Amino acid sequence: MATQTDSRVPQIGQRNKKGQLVTDPNELFFLSPRTPSFLTGSEVIREAIRRASVDFSVAYPITPQSEASSLVGELYAEGYVGDYMRGESEFAVMGECAGAAFAGARVFTTTAGPGTLRAFENFPMWAGSRLPIQVVFTVRGINSPLTIQPDTLEIAFMLETGMLLWHAESAQDLFDFMLKGYYVAEQPEVHLPIGVICDGFFVTHTKDMVMMTPEDRTLPHYDPYRSPVVCMDMEVPPVRMMRDPFVMKSNYISYMTHASWQLEIRAAIERSRKHTIPLLDGLIEVENSDAEIMLVASGTAVSQAREAIRLFRDKGVRVGLVKIKTLRPFPTEEIRKATEHAKHIFVPEFNVAGWLAREIKSTIDRNHRVVAGPHVAGGMTMPPEIIVEEIEKHMAHRRNKELVHG
Amino acid sequence: MANRIQINKEFVDIMPQDYLDLVETGTFESPNRGWKDFGTATELIAEHSLCAGCPESIAFRHIMASIPNPEDTVMVGSTGCTSLVFPMIAVHNIHSLFGNQNAIATGLKRALAVRFPDRVKDVIVLAGDGATVDIGLDMTLQSWFRKERFTTICFDNELYANTGGQESGLMQKGFLAKMAPVGKRFDKVRLPEIARESGCDYVAIMTASKPSLVEKVIKQAVLIAREVGPTYIQIYTPCILEIGKQSMEGLQEMRTSEAPGERFKFREFISPEAQSFLDGLAEKKKAEKIAATT
Repeated sequence: MATQTDSRVPQIGQRNKKGQLVTDPNELFFLSPRTPSFLTGSEVIREAIRRASVDFSVAYPITPQSEASSLVGELYAEGYVGDYMRGESEFAVMGECAGAAFAGARVFTTTAGPGTLRAFENFPMWAGSRLPIQVVFTVRGINSPLTIQPDTLEIAFMLETGMLLWHAESAQDLFDFMLKGYYVAEQPEVHLPIGVICDGFFVTHTKDMVMMTPEDRTLPHYDPYRSPVVCMDMEVPPVRMMRDPFVMKSNYISYMTHASWQLEIRAAIERSRKHTIPLLDGLIEVENSDAEIMLVASGTAVSQAREAIRLFRDKGVRVGLVKIKTLRPFPTEEIRKATEHAKHIFVPEFNVAGWLAREIKSTIDRNHRVVAGPHVAGGMTMPPEIIVEEIEKHMAHRRNKELVHG
Repeated sequence: MANRIQINKEFVDIMPQDYLDLVETGTFESPNRGWKDFGTATELIAEHSLCAGCPESIAFRHIMASIPNPEDTVMVGSTGCTSLVFPMIAVHNIHSLFGNQNAIATGLKRALAVRFPDRVKDVIVLAGDGATVDIGLDMTLQSWFRKERFTTICFDNELYANTGGQESGLMQKGFLAKMAPVGKRFDKVRLPEIARESGCDYVAIMTASKPSLVEKVIKQAVLIAREVGPTYIQIYTPCILEIGKQSMEGLQEMRTSEAPGERFKFREFISPEAQSFLDGLAEKKKAEKIAATT
């Protein structure tokens, strides 16, 4: 995130028009004093954007992100965001975001559930065009009959779009992931869109204590001239990109071009690891990795798993935890290592499909150890007792089987 | 800002001749650029991969010769025959998805305004009728409602050409086409009228048969979009392949269709604000001429 050399853009050490000190990202993340604030998730989104030197943001109402995107509008009115508008639909919003990113702007938007799916065609386009747009998905149900309830099913659709996907457990994660997300997504060797995911209502509509960086410090501006692809602003001499647009033809060189570009997007996701690991202190967090029973989860399911582990501790049973912070890149090796001693791996999820369990099953060895569940869906909460019950039921079933067949 | 389009001396020996020609004999930063540069200057569009004699290539050539500030113009296209041409255009241009061109242009224009508050950066959308009127109509209209400051050009060939000649909203009623097996059942969508009612400050409907007229309309549309509000140009670019014409018959087809009473007879709408802006430009030009002769 080297600051743009443009003289109109304040550099590190200078103040922007709001008087915020443009601060080196690592200094902002790790050395700035942090003060506790008691905020809703929506307010946390506003506070992260206040500190992110965002050039352009597009809003469109959909529960549960509507409050957050209107709060970003207030930031625009205060002069913290370069430009802001209400789009006409999520499909158009993501196009407006793309146009601004093509023009070299740092862009922010947020959506949820049906909005994510309506916008869907844009996400692989963003990745393929190497646009480091940040979108916060405040995930909610996508089923019919109509629902606005919390549910993480939409994440399953996002996994192969070519975007970086980070899943926040808490409001604190949300704040940190949003700021650090821009840093990683804009690295020249990464330069991909990033979806920062938080569970709708559970994070957006509840108040939590968040350790905030100072309000008067902000990230350096995005430098579009460090992009691996040309910024569409006519500031670098134009070329006729191709004399013959082979990419739209049916021949071997066309197939090769598309295949290698798809591989490059996936390689760029993997290259984000080296920037992400030091910033997030690893792609996963592990507790009690020597336990026979491990819980692997992402998002607020992690918090519920932590409570379940506490309940087990009271019963004298040692249970471990793997918190997955990044879904893309997927921490395959890290999960393999963290679960190598586990005999039983439970994956609690807030969706009917069990997509995270499927991801884990497809990447670790001895995957018969993976139990996809417990699942809740459609807005149901997941009390830790449900996790305990599911595990105990499974263990009892196993014991019975061993008695019969053993 | 003169001489912005230059070549890095280190690259002179390795860049293709076409690139050197663009820098040396192109018409970037030429205040009086226009179709009269044909034959003496390197054009922004050199070749095309459209069908031989395709009127779209003629329209493209006239437009690229006419845009007032190519050195500060970014274009937005959409999927279709035009997307086969854009890779050969020497201004930055964006293809993203089918039909979202006016949404892209909205974000692009606004972000350029944020990044370059003291400079002019023109944005021009150029897309086919399927992209503009069918799949992208919502975003076309919404950008006009919001008075976004860019020009929308629709290449109207009255069908989906690139996918093989299917019915489109701008197709004439009764026309027999793929997906209109008994003839199109409803009228050609009146987008110029809709554009006027939706907030466009300048609207023109025409063919590409007269380069001088294309030049005048394009210059007006871009300058009005820059200073007043959104502008819309609908240009008939017949798909000779799909209407059963020969390569050399495209020009005549355009001429026939712009005759009095025909659907592409030249019409323009200029809002009072746009008219007073144009009058101001004309007065300024007149004053400059008088100053030059006295």
